[in-house]
Amino acid sequence: MDFALDKSQKEIQKAVRDFTKGEFDKDLGLDLEKEGKYPADILAGACDLGFIGIHFPEKYLGADLGLFENCLIAEELCRKDSTLGLALMMAGYGAECVLRFGSDGQKDQYLTPVAEGKMFSAAAFMEPGQAFDMRVMQTTAAKDGDGWVINGKKSMVLNGNSAGFYIVLCQTDDTAATPDKRLSMFIVDGDTPGITCEDVGRRIGCNMLSAADVTFNNVKVGADKLIGTEGAGYSQVNAYFNELRVLLSAMAVGIAQGAYEKALDYIKQREQFGKKLAMFHITWHKVADMAAQIEYARTLTYKAAWTFDKGKLDAGLASITKMTAAKAAMAVTYEAIQLYGGYGFMTEYEVEHFYRDAKFIDLFCGAISVQKDVIAETIVGKIK
Amino acid sequence: MDILNYTEAHQQFRMRLREFCQKEIIPNVDQWEADHIVPKSAWKRMGEEGFLCTNAPAEYGGHGLDFLYSVIVAEELARTNHTGLAAPLHSDIVVPYIVSYGSEEIKKKYIPGCTTGDIITAVAMTESDAGSDVAAMTTTAEEDGDMVVINGSKTFITNGINADLVVVAAKDPNAENPHQAVSLYIVEDGTPGFTRGRHLEKMGFHSQDTAELFFTNCRIPRENILGQKNMGFIMLMEKLQQERLICAIMAQFAVELMLEAAILYCQTTKDTTGKPMSKYQGMNFQLVEMMTEAHIGRVFMEKLVADHMEGLSVVKETCMAKYWHTDLTQKISNQVMDLIGEEATAERSMILRGWRDLRVLPIFAGTNEIMKMVVGKMSGL
Repeated sequence: MDFALDKSQKEIQKAVRDFTKGEFDKDLGLDLEKEGKYPADILAGACDLGFIGIHFPEKYLGADLGLFENCLIAEELCRKDSTLGLALMMAGYGAECVLRFGSDGQKDQYLTPVAEGKMFSAAAFMEPGQAFDMRVMQTTAAKDGDGWVINGKKSMVLNGNSAGFYIVLCQTDDTAATPDKRLSMFIVDGDTPGITCEDVGRRIGCNMLSAADVTFNNVKVGADKLIGTEGAGYSQVNAYFNELRVLLSAMAVGIAQGAYEKALDYIKQREQFGKKLAMFHITWHKVADMAAQIEYARTLTYKAAWTFDKGKLDAGLASITKMTAAKAAMAVTYEAIQLYGGYGFMTEYEVEHFYRDAKFIDLFCGAISVQKDVIAETIVGKIK
Repeated sequence: MDILNYTEAHQQFRMRLREFCQKEIIPNVDQWEADHIVPKSAWKRMGEEGFLCTNAPAEYGGHGLDFLYSVIVAEELARTNHTGLAAPLHSDIVVPYIVSYGSEEIKKKYIPGCTTGDIITAVAMTESDAGSDVAAMTTTAEEDGDMVVINGSKTFITNGINADLVVVAAKDPNAENPHQAVSLYIVEDGTPGFTRGRHLEKMGFHSQDTAELFFTNCRIPRENILGQKNMGFIMLMEKLQQERLICAIMAQFAVELMLEAAILYCQTTKDTTGKPMSKYQGMNFQLVEMMTEAHIGRVFMEKLVADHMEGLSVVKETCMAKYWHTDLTQKISNQVMDLIGEEATAERSMILRGWRDLRVLPIFAGTNEIMKMVVGKMSGL
């Protein structure tokens, strides 16, 4: 067993670090976050360097690398700026559904533009008024000649307004007794007639990306837009969540690390009562807690990503990782604000948006009770 | 047995204020949040209806009512889900400096306007390098004949843009002991040399006009001093009991409101089998635990209000409450967000504004770390 990054992984990490140093600008970041605008130029730069879709096969402009390398990129991007990092990493939100379960034709058509930064993707899973529960969907896909017709409404869809394509989870069999036969996953092109978007407006975090409630009204798609086989949607969405939860954990680790470093810089120079904040005993203990939380979140995230790349990640470990990393990011960014005092609450000192983005990750793709349910299901779910 | 004795008159006052909030505050809150300020006309309306300076003595133009009216104002304003119309700060934190330490002339001159809403107040203590460490302040006040000349800058000042009157803490540069060098002065809007800096952008409190204030050879009459020269620290310390108590009160009400929203959400949101979230044991216990903590908080807070109204010194206990109650807002608001999940990430959910606003409570009015330092010191630790 070897805990060290190999040479090429270290090179990737360094390349992203150099990129963020050169391309991420504090004032630009604060402006884009406030205005809810996308860093298009920075995305183009990240795509040129191959940071987006590094886990895609080479023929779709990827590097054929794993979730582990994707996590290293996510961590470094979010470390420099949580919101810019989220904006770059979530531009292709849901594209892994095509990558992991799609046909060669679907990959040809959809993965390359994501890696080029020319197309955003949007996973449309959650439905209004329904807690995070994917067992039954009100959105339906019915057979229509050779293809399908989709009707329903999805809520809080990230990239909902700007998606080149959606990954839509639909109910295709109302009569199936168990969810694992009931649902199917479809690709829907963003310009298909019958799609309407209502902007959600400003949110807690991830504000450089839009979110929308998306209505599908008699939206027709061809047979070639079904991902995998009919009835596979439930297992696909859960498998996708495993990968996404590890990736979100890597972002959480980066956010925690970034806020921690800012707080360290601050306590080394800020003086009150005639001494540096770094010299107060309570600061020592706060810093120790922060360092410990980052360490266990990162170790677990790396382990989960490594396990995924070996093909052995189960839902339990994915959810343990997401729950732990999000909790760590929340605790660390909270203390970073507290160490900054009144400045911490001020937008221009940045740590407040690290905290908001940490909470976004904490709540995204299932808040803590959802993660606990998933974990427990793998441990005691079979007991009758 | 109730700890606090609300009378029929208190209840009538509460209902009148609640109706006022529903008609004149809540419909405007989104606009005020977007504007990052509350219009002065809203303060004026609060004054016209008798909701400002309820606790200030009637002989100087206040309403001469007991502190329970202040508690009611804090509670009903908390229900408006915004912080911009900071009446508790004005009525129960700043104006008391004038009431307790102002000369007869000062009291007669300012308290009537503070009560009608014609004068909005702020207190300026914090500086960029003097936050927790108030003694490190560098703003100076030097006498020059009949005048006092103030130089320096203050930051994070609540009501900073709207303020017509600012209570400014400034140091006598010639005093030897920094703890006996601070005096409090009244500076009116429009005084030459008094200018406002940036309207600061924050994580929350968006309807609240927090600003930097600058004093450059700002000349005020010597009579504008509050209390005795160089006794500012003692006055600040004397008034902190009420200030911290108000923080604890605000925090308690915020916790209760958050919890109400969570309970409603968990009872009305069902899974795909029709089972409400509140019937899931994990959530059910979480709600019960939060209700218990809120109840403990309510009892502690009400006991301190009762002691405070009796005139007891509960400095230590109010420091405990300021830290404990404001920390509780963090715990509860995060748990409530967790229960609601992704829907709570949108500003339209309204819970989010509360979560954003509350983050400053463990920081302002003395950080919770400072509260613990005070309690430790007072307990001989």
